[in-house]
Amino acid sequence: MRNAIKTYAPAVVVCCILFWIVWSTAFPPVAQDELLGESPLQDSTLSAAVQKVDAWFAADWEARQLPAAEKADDLTILRRMSLALHGTIPSIEELRQFEADTRPDRLAIWCGMMLEDPRFANYVSERLTRAFVGTQGEPFLVFRRDRFRNWIAEQLQANRPYDEVVREIISSTGLWTGEPATNFVTHAVQDGNVDANKLAGKTVRAVLGQRIDCAQCHDHPFAEWKQNQFEGLAAYFGKCRLTAFGIDDPAGRKYEVEDRQTLEKRVVEPNVPFDAQWLPDTGSQRSQLAVWCTHPENLRFARATANRVWAIMFGKAYSEAEPYYTRVDDLPDPDPDAQTALDLLAEQFIASGFNLRQLFQTIAASRPFQMASVSTAEDDILKKQVEAWAVFPLVRLRPEQIVGSMLQASSIKTIDQRSHLLTRTLKLINENDFMKEYGDLGADEFESRASTIPQALLRMNGKLADETIKPNPFNATPRIAMTARNREMVIDTAYLACLSRYPTDDEHHFFLNQWAEGGKKGTPQKTHDLYWVLFNSPEFSWNH
Amino acid sequence: MNFLHQQLQYPGFRRRDWLKWHTVAGLSFLLPSLSARAAEQRGSERARSLICLWMNGGPSQLEMWDPHPGTEIGGPTTAIKTSIPEIEIGSGLPLMAERIHRLNLIRSLVSKEGDHERGTYFVKTGYRPDPTVVHPSLGSVITYQKPTEGLDLPPFVSLGDGQWPARGGYLGAQYDAFRVFDPGRGIHNMQSRVGEKRQEQRLEGLDLLTKTFRQGRGIQAEKSLHKQTIDNALKMMSSDQLKAFEIEAEPESTRDRYGDTQFGRGCLVARRLIETGVRAVEVTLSGFDTHANNFEGQAERIKDLDPAFAALMDDLIERDLFESTIVLCIGEFGRTPRINPLDGRDHWPNGFSCVLGGGGLVESTVIGETDPTGKATEPVNPVKVQDLYATILTQLQIDPAHEMMTPIGRPLAICDGAPLELLLKSS
Repeated sequence: MRNAIKTYAPAVVVCCILFWIVWSTAFPPVAQDELLGESPLQDSTLSAAVQKVDAWFAADWEARQLPAAEKADDLTILRRMSLALHGTIPSIEELRQFEADTRPDRLAIWCGMMLEDPRFANYVSERLTRAFVGTQGEPFLVFRRDRFRNWIAEQLQANRPYDEVVREIISSTGLWTGEPATNFVTHAVQDGNVDANKLAGKTVRAVLGQRIDCAQCHDHPFAEWKQNQFEGLAAYFGKCRLTAFGIDDPAGRKYEVEDRQTLEKRVVEPNVPFDAQWLPDTGSQRSQLAVWCTHPENLRFARATANRVWAIMFGKAYSEAEPYYTRVDDLPDPDPDAQTALDLLAEQFIASGFNLRQLFQTIAASRPFQMASVSTAEDDILKKQVEAWAVFPLVRLRPEQIVGSMLQASSIKTIDQRSHLLTRTLKLINENDFMKEYGDLGADEFESRASTIPQALLRMNGKLADETIKPNPFNATPRIAMTARNREMVIDTAYLACLSRYPTDDEHHFFLNQWAEGGKKGTPQKTHDLYWVLFNSPEFSWNH
Repeated sequence: MNFLHQQLQYPGFRRRDWLKWHTVAGLSFLLPSLSARAAEQRGSERARSLICLWMNGGPSQLEMWDPHPGTEIGGPTTAIKTSIPEIEIGSGLPLMAERIHRLNLIRSLVSKEGDHERGTYFVKTGYRPDPTVVHPSLGSVITYQKPTEGLDLPPFVSLGDGQWPARGGYLGAQYDAFRVFDPGRGIHNMQSRVGEKRQEQRLEGLDLLTKTFRQGRGIQAEKSLHKQTIDNALKMMSSDQLKAFEIEAEPESTRDRYGDTQFGRGCLVARRLIETGVRAVEVTLSGFDTHANNFEGQAERIKDLDPAFAALMDDLIERDLFESTIVLCIGEFGRTPRINPLDGRDHWPNGFSCVLGGGGLVESTVIGETDPTGKATEPVNPVKVQDLYATILTQLQIDPAHEMMTPIGRPLAICDGAPLELLLKSS
């Protein structure tokens, strides 16, 4: 007997330790004293901003006689924030910490923490990069684009005033390696020449939220933009050139265009289409344009930014609903007689000194963002509710959000900068392949879209989905299956990991009954199957 | 051992392996036909389809369908006689030169879009980009207007790796082209990774979650098309029509005729898809954006185009599918007559070429001509892309003037052009 104890004791101890390690990573303990962050709502400016926005919506819904949906539960809102700010659903680790946080303003506090997390800067920098330089691999070298995105991420991490960031993007000079902001200009270099038209069009889209590209060839058919206004704006980039010393704007260089009628060349001087009084007297041509674009009185800039941040938060731009019905970068001119919530957000953004984080926080704390996506109204009323943000809209998750969520759900711990290098590398590799097949809309990523067959096939049968959920030591499924006290706990944990919620009673019963058929064995396989079901549910692939 | 392992892990392979072995053993006649309806019908009785060979990047009309050898703008490109008297095309297209009498040639297409993205949008939809609405591509309109019956595959398929594939626009994402990036090399994600019983249990669970999610979300959930796309995907996964995506069953000599290139394989798959009943297919050949070294760059691409296009024509004719299939070869614009200092040609929307025929259209008609000096800003008999599409739609028995409702309640004509009577047989 004693010999047996001597022989088996070490093995038992090792097994116990291993089990404890697996269990504690699957179900990490959460202590109250680990809770971090302070309520940003204590900041009276933010509080007042949120109240104003909420009051505007309340009045608007009343005027339309629209009932507003109920408030969503906190876990759903946390999921939305995580998808918007980090591009993934929250990890089990985060969800358990959030559940243990009993502070009344926990959502606002968590929003603040998420904005400080480097994942925010990394994720949102890609969204802004797409607005400025798109996603084309050629002729814009991928490496240059990465430099540009990393630079934006640094600015976001430092929460640098956004007007300063934009001014640097428009006006920067020097080598693309040392001055990453110059890569806005280098992305428009074709065969060694800087395409001033492209830069003018992109600047107006990304910075002013309007489209004047078609005025390049003719007067805009719907708006006030004229061809000569486009040329005047393009002329600000007309001196720009790329040399061995980088991007510069040598004096004496002229901007010439070929007249489409006479085919003769004529010189075009820089000229802004309106409010020339915002132009400074000094500085390079591009820096003058940068100041003009981001002038505090130029409401277009603040409106465009608020609209884009709204799009990042909801997956759908404010402009895509009442009263504009336009794409994220195609806003009409501001109308002082018909102020919308977008104008309010823009005013607050200007008043905050172009504080981007505060803009995110305001939208996250506003009633529309915290609404349920469920409504008791009939379909015709529901349609109006969606158009007036009186119910949270269903928006298809973008491919990077799907892949991020799949990878996160298959890991107990949060995948972030502290994750193992291998985990991060695998994430990067998987992301690229998956996004191509899932259909990445590139610079038009906020366009509203329905599900497609290739997406359904990729989720159901794709390699990535299968590899992240099949029982192997690196995935969450076997760890949850093996260490949960009972099957209820397995189901609860899988639901939490994938859908950020607990199952309903019906769902509990359904899976327990289904699992009972196969006896007690095979829980890892059943967990694998449950994950498959959750990954393929509309709730997983739609923001709600 | 590997085979056993594969079977255990991917039981979905069993049927496919069975198919493969039967084919190899010459027993393929025992298998059910791809689609009785589509496979049986031939000639003009057959429902009409479209194959668009998309030349991505701006193909040079001067190196392909409209050469001007010996002129200042012609460059080193030479021309060869074709099966249409007095008509010459670039000497890189010898196989097409023998067959072009079955097609028609337009040498005077005009557009106002000289940017790749905008030009692609325009030529794929027939509408210029409009901030207020996203127009559907021609293939999407056709599949919307002429639904297919008995087809388990998506009715519109895009083969190859184009940057801006054809999209459903305001008709919805369900009318987007189904993309196969590398045609003829198997089709991904078509097999369930678990056995039938497990798959059944999974789908039961999915059904419950789908129902739970729909509660209180009414039209919002319906518009997502989540359930519909999963059902369609499942139908596709279990369909024998999937064989249309495979080219292994084709004799080696056939595959050789198309050329062992991505585009060649794409054209072969396109023929098989059309045969199965797919309504519209787009095959993309990329690499035409030759701002530098135009002549080498274009020649490389033309080398892929010529055998594939010719083999596609031969097969369609031989299989009596040509009368029911319109074939169109086009790109977003042409290239400048002027040769730039890098020996390249830039974007040129003011007189570029396309080739089309089949589907009951007339044959051997040549429309328009461009200025051999390159100085004229407009070709002779300019043809608008809208008119080209109105012609194709009319031939497919779709009224181009018919209005469809956009999501914001604005009615829009399918196409705002007028048919080119010269190309329609009744004229």
